[in-house]
Amino acid sequence: MTPNLHLWLIPLLPLVGAALNGLFGKRFSRQAVAAVALGFSGAALVMALWIAAQFSSLTLPRVETLATWMRAGDFQVDFAFYLDQLSLVMLLVVTGVGFLIHIYSVGYMWEEGGFYRFFSYLNLFMFFMLTLVLASNYLVMFIGWEGVGLASYLLIGFWFTKDSAASAGKKAFIVNRIGDFGFLIALFLMIKHFGSLNFEQVFRIVAGMPAEAAGAGLLTAIGLLLMLGAAGKSAQIPLYVWLPDAMEGPTPVSALIHAATMVTAGVYMVARSHVVFDRAPQALMAVAIVGTLTALFAATIGVCQTDIKKVLAYSTISQLGYMFMACGVAAYSAGIFHLMTHAFFKGLLFLAAGSVIHAVGGEQDMRRMGGLRHHIPWTFWTMTAATFAIAGFPPFAGFFSKDAILWRAYSSPYGSWVYWAIGVFTAFLTSFYMFRLWFLTFFGEYRGEASASEHVHLASGSRAGTASTHEHGGIHESPKVMLIPLVILAVLSICGGWVGSERFDAFLSPSLRTGVTAYSPEQTAAATPAPEPKEQGGSETLLTGISVLAAASGLFLAWLLYQRRPQLPQEIAHALDGFYQAVLHKYYVDEIYAAVFVKPLIDGSSRILWHGIDQDVIDATLDNSAEGACEVSDAMRHMQSGNLRSYAGWIAAGAAVVIAYMIWMGIR
Amino acid sequence: MVPLSYYLVLSGILFACGVTGFLIKRNIITIFMSIELMLNGVNLSFVAFAAQWHALSGQVFVFFVMVVAAAESAVGLAIIIAVYRTRETLNVDRINLLKL
Repeated sequence: MTPNLHLWLIPLLPLVGAALNGLFGKRFSRQAVAAVALGFSGAALVMALWIAAQFSSLTLPRVETLATWMRAGDFQVDFAFYLDQLSLVMLLVVTGVGFLIHIYSVGYMWEEGGFYRFFSYLNLFMFFMLTLVLASNYLVMFIGWEGVGLASYLLIGFWFTKDSAASAGKKAFIVNRIGDFGFLIALFLMIKHFGSLNFEQVFRIVAGMPAEAAGAGLLTAIGLLLMLGAAGKSAQIPLYVWLPDAMEGPTPVSALIHAATMVTAGVYMVARSHVVFDRAPQALMAVAIVGTLTALFAATIGVCQTDIKKVLAYSTISQLGYMFMACGVAAYSAGIFHLMTHAFFKGLLFLAAGSVIHAVGGEQDMRRMGGLRHHIPWTFWTMTAATFAIAGFPPFAGFFSKDAILWRAYSSPYGSWVYWAIGVFTAFLTSFYMFRLWFLTFFGEYRGEASASEHVHLASGSRAGTASTHEHGGIHESPKVMLIPLVILAVLSICGGWVGSERFDAFLSPSLRTGVTAYSPEQTAAATPAPEPKEQGGSETLLTGISVLAAASGLFLAWLLYQRRPQLPQEIAHALDGFYQAVLHKYYVDEIYAAVFVKPLIDGSSRILWHGIDQDVIDATLDNSAEGACEVSDAMRHMQSGNLRSYAGWIAAGAAVVIAYMIWMGIR
Repeated sequence: MVPLSYYLVLSGILFACGVTGFLIKRNIITIFMSIELMLNGVNLSFVAFAAQWHALSGQVFVFFVMVVAAAESAVGLAIIIAVYRTRETLNVDRINLLKL
């Protein structure tokens, strides 16, 4: 028995940082705020590394129970933390990338108002995210799940004086709520049928159930509902619409929450619940289809975007689609592998984009950039590494993970060549729009206004809610505190995939595959066919070659269109006008949602619930009774004239009435 | 012997005069006298009933009423004098401070 690891400390440390900065940050200097934020998130990273260092000597999976949360009859939920290979990977990604982005934010946010507020939220996010990945039952996971949504809401709306930021925050929160609804129902089903939310207990019971090959049953329902939750958090069709709008938040937030960590929570949850999905092939297929479609759909939108952050946002959705595709063909380790490399290169892309935006003074439109590679060489080279990584060129990290997904999409027993074909086409699109971004930003001539940097910066200052104080001497490289995380992430983007998908698969397999066998050895063989590749050897090399070719042709096409013949894109757009407009307007999905869901809801609630029930029934009852009382009193008020003779008159009249009544009664 | 009803009718007329005077007169003194008229109208019916039924309680009641009426007129006149001193009028329509 190894000594207590005090896993609970890992999430708690950032919470302490958040509390310190949130409560007292206003009185701290900026240096002190940064020190607190970096100190506590760094401490979490150190603990994660310490656990990783002694990982081989631990007995896994490891559950550390802190306290009983609630108990009702046989049902019990504990504050308990769970450590296995999967949570370790997530733990390292979250604390590692999170810490780097904390460092970067110190430089990026230095000039902004609400510095302490920003770091308080950021640490709060770390707390909830670590709770999510370390939870040992679904309910504690749900705390983290909701909490990261809260932190995301707070950070998207960080510049809350700006209307679009505030509504983007609300949109993210509400859309996530729809997904959370699915997640919650899934939890209720588990409580009702399994009587527990503990991962180990639930999975043990589920492992004892036969696979639902045909028809839909309990496990399929749970799987689909969990998928709905994951689709909300991980921005999959049909709930992806919040993520592009979330780019209203500060860029480090986009990097941390909306690229590297929070949005991958859905993938993590699906991988964690793989026991359920393994026995619900239809839910699994739904995951694969949703993932594949999302990957393609978002990639096509990304091609037409001109805002540098929006391109990256759609790219994130598309890459998350890849991860879902991997999970959907039961290649969970490939999904998690891509999650990890994606955290590196997409985090880097966002940070580098932030550095670009910083350099050109708040401009986000790529059409007004260009030729920046000489001005900001560090940003250029790190972004180049990330671009090659996401496009899937060997030997960059993205190549290994994307290749693993594509290969498994083809070869897995749940896979199909359709997934593979769409995946390869999406890889081509990914490569195209990323190199389009790369060429537009860093090559050619600078297309912004020459002397514009000052007033552009003023505009960005007001956009940010505060006027920037430092003088902007034209395009300039970011400070070292921002460049160091870029360089570290660039190294990870290059080397992060060298571990290889097989070794990664083997590392994760105790928690992803043989974990099932451990629960019920004899059933598993029948229930889940061991994922044996359909074909071996040569075809894998061939498929790898094709996907690299797709990436290369994307690069070539981007070079052709945006470097060699810059007028060509205009002509193509003109030729394909209708389709181009549809793509440019994101297939009008936001408009459709507004017309189909939002408008009826608002109309219904304003006409029926607000004007109808609230105003005409509830308010009217109270108002009318109050008005009635007023009117009656107003009439009665005139009796109190103060005139002695009128009082006497009332007395006489009253006496006459009483006497008349008595006489009348007496006669009867 | 005069029948009881005669007394009662007279008593009613006296009381009605009192009420009418109380309601229509503006001068406090007149109102005050109307009150006395009402009291005496009632007294008359008391003694009439007492004589009719040979019961002393009616007559005792009349004495009580007279005593209380005497006390009341003493206090009432004092109040009227006080009111007149502060407001310099005996018109009840102008003494309407009971209103808020």
